[in-house]
Amino acid sequence: METLILGLPVAYYIAMVAKVLVAFVFVLLTVAYATYAERKIIGHMQVRLGPMRTGWHGLLQPIADGVKLFFKEEIIPSEASKFAFLVAPLVALIPAFISFAVIPFGAPVSIGGYTVPMQIAAYYDQAGQQIFDINVGVLYILAMAGLGVYGIVLAGWSSNSKYSLLGGLRSAAQMVSYELAAGLAIVSVFMLSESLSLHKIVADQAGGIWNWYAFKQPLACVIFFICSIAEINRTPFDLPEAETELVSGFCTEYSSMKYAMFFMAEYANMVTVCAVTTTLFLGGWHGPFLPGWMWFIAKVYALIFLCMWIRATYPRYRYDQLMRLGWKVFLPLTLLNVVATGIVATLVK
Amino acid sequence: MESIFFLIVAAVAVLSSILVVTCKNPINSALSLVMTFFCLATLYVTLDAPFMAVTQVMVYAGAIMVLIVFVIMLLNIRVEAVKRGSHAVFAGGAIGLFLLFQTVWFLGRGTLSGATGTMDRAQVVKVGHIELIGKALFTDFLLPFEITSILLLAAIVGAVILAKRKI
Repeated sequence: METLILGLPVAYYIAMVAKVLVAFVFVLLTVAYATYAERKIIGHMQVRLGPMRTGWHGLLQPIADGVKLFFKEEIIPSEASKFAFLVAPLVALIPAFISFAVIPFGAPVSIGGYTVPMQIAAYYDQAGQQIFDINVGVLYILAMAGLGVYGIVLAGWSSNSKYSLLGGLRSAAQMVSYELAAGLAIVSVFMLSESLSLHKIVADQAGGIWNWYAFKQPLACVIFFICSIAEINRTPFDLPEAETELVSGFCTEYSSMKYAMFFMAEYANMVTVCAVTTTLFLGGWHGPFLPGWMWFIAKVYALIFLCMWIRATYPRYRYDQLMRLGWKVFLPLTLLNVVATGIVATLVK
Repeated sequence: MESIFFLIVAAVAVLSSILVVTCKNPINSALSLVMTFFCLATLYVTLDAPFMAVTQVMVYAGAIMVLIVFVIMLLNIRVEAVKRGSHAVFAGGAIGLFLLFQTVWFLGRGTLSGATGTMDRAQVVKVGHIELIGKALFTDFLLPFEITSILLLAAIVGAVILAKRKI
């Protein structure tokens, strides 16, 4: 008789810890080298070389950057409210990482008689022969995305500096408005998959590129991706840290590792958003010939490249343009999309 | 195991809700409230109600509290500005005592404990939490649902009128 903890075998817990480690290391490594890739890609797009000095073609640049930031002096402004100032970088970083708990990143694998689904918050029921995951996975991601705003708002407020405060306020307004459009864009995916579980949504997109929701819901896909870029404050929507007007926005007063944590949060958010878009619209880990996790990584990296390409191409939006785009263009379009999806889905059935 | 987990979460919840009222700085109070919401969400998860938990985080912690923090930041409420009058303390104490009395009374009656009706835990796990809520909301409770949506629409129209008064 095998030992059970809370009604589940021990192997389940070992697999769980292993999956957490794998996903965490994957995101951390991607974050480190996304900073390098961004400088290199944008450099080449602007006919420059990008970092070249540290290591072969600058390959050791992320490590050099990390070491440099680590040894910098920690400065806490004397008028800052200490607790919020110290907590803000953590609050920004954590939601970016824990969103990964529900994203399926590969086909289930069998190890020693146990089937392990490649999704952190999921387990395989031996008796029922099926995979269970959190059946509100998509809502969980939306909830965590909504929490990311606290880090930036707190940083802006606690620094006790006008630039930071303006950056924080802008960010709060921007994230709240774009979250709405992003959420409504996903609703049309729910309507097709009839489930909120990411496992089920990925399973529905199996069997060929034409089953991807990107082709069944092209409008929702594009709007969701743009809104996500706006939510994570990347160019062309990086108004919270607009250098030309706000020095560097909410993180003006931050230095050393705390600044590095904001930097990591930004890139981790980008990885998460690309992974969510892959899962919801680009068929998740499904693909021919190669194993699932390779397809997942390939799709995520392609989307990250797209983010960098966008950054190299578009100038920053003005604040009123940004708000108009969110409320007067995306919101009505997504509502129309939901209505149209409902009508078509009813007629087809 | 589950009860130990419950006790830890409950302790954090109680501690952070005490901090909500004792913190001098309004932003720290707001953050403690967010923490309390998180503990509540965790308790919902242990009760097999993941949808409730996620809604709790998304709506209360993610939207309403962001608005509250936003307002505190915009108004820039000073720490010293908050003065508590003796009448307010008395009223708050009276309401608190009344609520405590009510809770103890309800707990003592004992008829509220235990599940009634056709929905049991096995069925919730089998059919799914969201499916059950959705079906009930759009069939049995359609009228309240529609009334709520009209109320919300009225609130939105009111907000627009207030904001656009000067134009």
